[in-house]
Amino acid sequence: MTTAVAPAPTEHDHHEHPSWLAHHFDDAEQQFDAGKMGMWLFLVTEVLFFSGMFCAYALYRNRNPEVFEFCSTFLNEKLGAINTGVLLFSSLTMAWAVRASQLKETKTLIGMLGATLGCAAIFLGVKAVEYSHKWALGLFPGKFYISQVAGAPHSEVPYLWYLSIAPLVMLVCFILYYIYGIVTASKFHLRVAGPLVIAAACFFGGVGLGLVLEAEEGHGDTHASASHQEHSADHAHTDAAIPTVNLLSTDTAPLNDVATTPAESNTPDSSVNQKGMAGLFFSIYYCMTGVHAFHILGGMLVITWLIVKAANLEFHSKYYGPVDNVGLYWHLVDFIWIFLFPLLYLIT
Amino acid sequence: MSTPIAEHSHEAHGHGHDGEFSHPMPIWMLLTVFVTLLALTVLTVYQSTFNLGNVEIWLSLTIATIKAGLVIAFFMHLLWDKPLNMIIILSSLIFVALFLGFTMMDAQGYRENLIMTPTLEESQPAVIEVATSK
Amino acid sequence: MSVVTKPVTMPAPNLVAGEEDNYLTHSSGFLSWALTLDHKRIGLMYLTCVMASFALGGILALLVRIHLWNPNLDPTQALFSNKVYNQIFTLHGAVMVFLFIIPSIPAALGNFLLPIMLGSKDVAFPRLNLGSFYLWVAGALFFLFSMFATGLDTGWTFYTPYSIESQGPVVAATMGVFVLGFSSIFTGLNFIVTINTMRPPGMTWFRMPLFLWAIYSTAIIQVLATPVLGITMLLLAAERILGIGIFDAKMNGDPVAFQHFFWFYSHPAVYIMILPAMGIISELMSVHSHKGILGYRMIAYSSIAIALFGFLVWGHHMFTSGMADVTTIVFSALTFTVSIPSAIKVFNWIGTMYQGTVSLNTPMVYALAFIFLFTIGGLTGLFLGALSTDMHLHATYFVVAHFHYVMMGGTLVAFLGGLFHWWPKMTGKMFNDFAGIVSAAIVFVGFNLTFLPQFVLGTRGMPRRYASYALEFQDLHRLSTIGAVMLGTGLLVAALTLLHSLFYGSKAPRNPWGGATLEWECSSPPPHDNFSSAPTVGDPYDFSNIEYDPKVGGYFKKK
Repeated sequence: MTTAVAPAPTEHDHHEHPSWLAHHFDDAEQQFDAGKMGMWLFLVTEVLFFSGMFCAYALYRNRNPEVFEFCSTFLNEKLGAINTGVLLFSSLTMAWAVRASQLKETKTLIGMLGATLGCAAIFLGVKAVEYSHKWALGLFPGKFYISQVAGAPHSEVPYLWYLSIAPLVMLVCFILYYIYGIVTASKFHLRVAGPLVIAAACFFGGVGLGLVLEAEEGHGDTHASASHQEHSADHAHTDAAIPTVNLLSTDTAPLNDVATTPAESNTPDSSVNQKGMAGLFFSIYYCMTGVHAFHILGGMLVITWLIVKAANLEFHSKYYGPVDNVGLYWHLVDFIWIFLFPLLYLIT
Repeated sequence: MSTPIAEHSHEAHGHGHDGEFSHPMPIWMLLTVFVTLLALTVLTVYQSTFNLGNVEIWLSLTIATIKAGLVIAFFMHLLWDKPLNMIIILSSLIFVALFLGFTMMDAQGYRENLIMTPTLEESQPAVIEVATSK
Repeated sequence: MSVVTKPVTMPAPNLVAGEEDNYLTHSSGFLSWALTLDHKRIGLMYLTCVMASFALGGILALLVRIHLWNPNLDPTQALFSNKVYNQIFTLHGAVMVFLFIIPSIPAALGNFLLPIMLGSKDVAFPRLNLGSFYLWVAGALFFLFSMFATGLDTGWTFYTPYSIESQGPVVAATMGVFVLGFSSIFTGLNFIVTINTMRPPGMTWFRMPLFLWAIYSTAIIQVLATPVLGITMLLLAAERILGIGIFDAKMNGDPVAFQHFFWFYSHPAVYIMILPAMGIISELMSVHSHKGILGYRMIAYSSIAIALFGFLVWGHHMFTSGMADVTTIVFSALTFTVSIPSAIKVFNWIGTMYQGTVSLNTPMVYALAFIFLFTIGGLTGLFLGALSTDMHLHATYFVVAHFHYVMMGGTLVAFLGGLFHWWPKMTGKMFNDFAGIVSAAIVFVGFNLTFLPQFVLGTRGMPRRYASYALEFQDLHRLSTIGAVMLGTGLLVAALTLLHSLFYGSKAPRNPWGGATLEWECSSPPPHDNFSSAPTVGDPYDFSNIEYDPKVGGYFKKK
């Protein structure tokens, strides 16, 4: 933490300024306090940043609760719950990593950081399955939303494959890096590359987990109607409504023209199952989970940075601020998800 | 680089100059919190299988708030942190409440002034008008 | 207290023998500036960029006024087409708000002064500080490029549904605002942490100069409000790219919600603009009256109060947007509460001058102009805060005049006053005081000539943002345009005065005005590490032991 402009230590300083203490701080504790307070303030901005989307959620749920009931049937509760568990576990490992950095247990520290990184990758893998499955059904945000019809063919676009390209490339790179570490017999490189390889592999573990659970839940082409019936058996008009919609979207005729009988137009499905209603829900869903996923990606980047520093043996009881602060950030990401999960997945 | 400015008084923190300020969390505490969090997750999934009507959202939000509180208090060790940091994070929640509260209150009020077509057509824009006469 | 004669750092290459090492001569070369972590250099870089943006925004304002010289009832005869006119006033508003006023005092003067006034070596996170400067540059370039490329015509408020349908580059502009917002957040975050954790011994909260209280309050708003602007801009961009429909009435979305989101930030942002200006005036009033500030604690508390009340009143921008009746009444009532802390400040500033020894030099003349203009701006705000009159005055020139009185008559004039006040400290050069006073006088007269007629225009029903107007408004519009040209001349005189001093100014003494705050105890310009020997922290407004020394032409503190 020295600066380029002013080389710090001079004979006038009566405390030594070690390399990890920036020149404008007097001691380790002041540096730690400043960093920590800065991180808490940053978390405040994060909370307010997300509050905008929570506000949009509250506005529309308050206005059209039936849309939220209808749409949440397309979200797989099991996947959401698994992801919640994974994130909670990553929070545990992150908190453990902070402890390890304070006690200078480098091996545990790298292991815990690696575990956190791996959990993040699993989370994203499951998310990739969820997203690709929804895209195949046409559950896009806003104006790209495609009305759900029973028996409509799935899109053949291999979304999951697209989403896996980047992690696959990274996995290959990390393996090559690991081999490089073996060849040069560099302890440092091996310490860094190991967790990275495992984390990248974890993404595919998450994808596998997601696929298995998704297959249990969905029933191929009839997913929409099947899961819908299962969740809202109390709606008497469900069966009547779906064929109506089916007729509509094949003809691309305006909804109003066909939904003439009062019984049909009163069912939630016909009025809800369209761009301005269900589409809006998926807008909110993708915005919230998408921005959250970007925060996960950002967290993964800084955790990687921590692993590099940890492999360099930089942390000790007076300089563990970076681990602590990244930890705070990571817990906040978890914190947000704790609210997103019941609000999006558990609507009955 | 001169010395006297560099002398901070840290008496308020109760630590000496070279004192330890790290506070490692005991492992049993971390594990207990984690298990509690998992249990609460199971509970919230379980309660969602019942149809509780309006109570449901408040119940699941309460459970989420308890979980979030545990994460903040223990994993983020706010309980052992400086009180100022607690004030900082709580103030953010107050401002979120302010933002959501006023906006929701207003939306409730003007909803009756909005004239929306009951069913949206795919091809034609929905008409939303604000009633001009109040 | 060990006295260090000279800080042992890198030998400054271009240091003339016998001259003190200062932050300007400390190291040289392009990279020593581009990669500097010194808050003073970063402040100076901000100052340069902010002033360049101001010049751009000012030229655009003049173009608007010149266009309105004629009623333009026949658009083909007009100076600009209606579309170009829309783009010009949008660019003027956006540049002035996002690139000039918001960063002007906190980022430029605040960066330079905050650590020195506090008695610390630097801000808490120097790298973050440099980073937020480059974020600002990136955001500004993004923003300007997108607007010049195809022309943005939504107004600086980006109201939906027009911003969804407009052909202009809204996405690029919103991303620019997003990046600028983060620059602002990081600056505010840095300042809060610095003031909380880096105060030297003796610098208690109530020994802090009032400018720092103002900057602190501003930083609170920056941290709490700006993220909401960030998410609003992100959602608007998503609206245009993905058609998410949250704010789009066609998609069953809620455009009024956009205004709530936008003003939750943008009303507090008004206080980001004015609070630091109030802090400057508190310093100027006390120093140039050579008398302790009246009601120090009241001014300090009122800064915090304004910051917090500022979050409760955003709805007053939306009285005619279809808000619920109850909410309009609540917001209107809350709006009036903000006037209390503002009035406390004005009262205390005037009370400070009473029985003081007022030196009428350039900074003080600007400060007096501020009090006059800000009071008019504040009082006309009451008409807009009251529901019944706002229904009539909303979106007329009355609003335009009101916020220019507060933002320009307030913030800009205070900024200029502060710039003249700390210019000797920043550059080490004294400016020609007479020329400075002349500039202040021209600015004051020109300003009133520009905007007083606009109050009248507004009450007579002239809507804002129109490219043409009925013949009956022509005289008032022409008065306003004449005033604008005069105002521009005044600003030019001020700029020339400052530039002239850079080359021909005499060397500035340590303490040219007789201030008691810490920045006057280090040399002008300050050394790289701010203080070669530790400052003794005392009452920042105790002038009893400050005496004039005719030999150096400045003041010194009696030991």
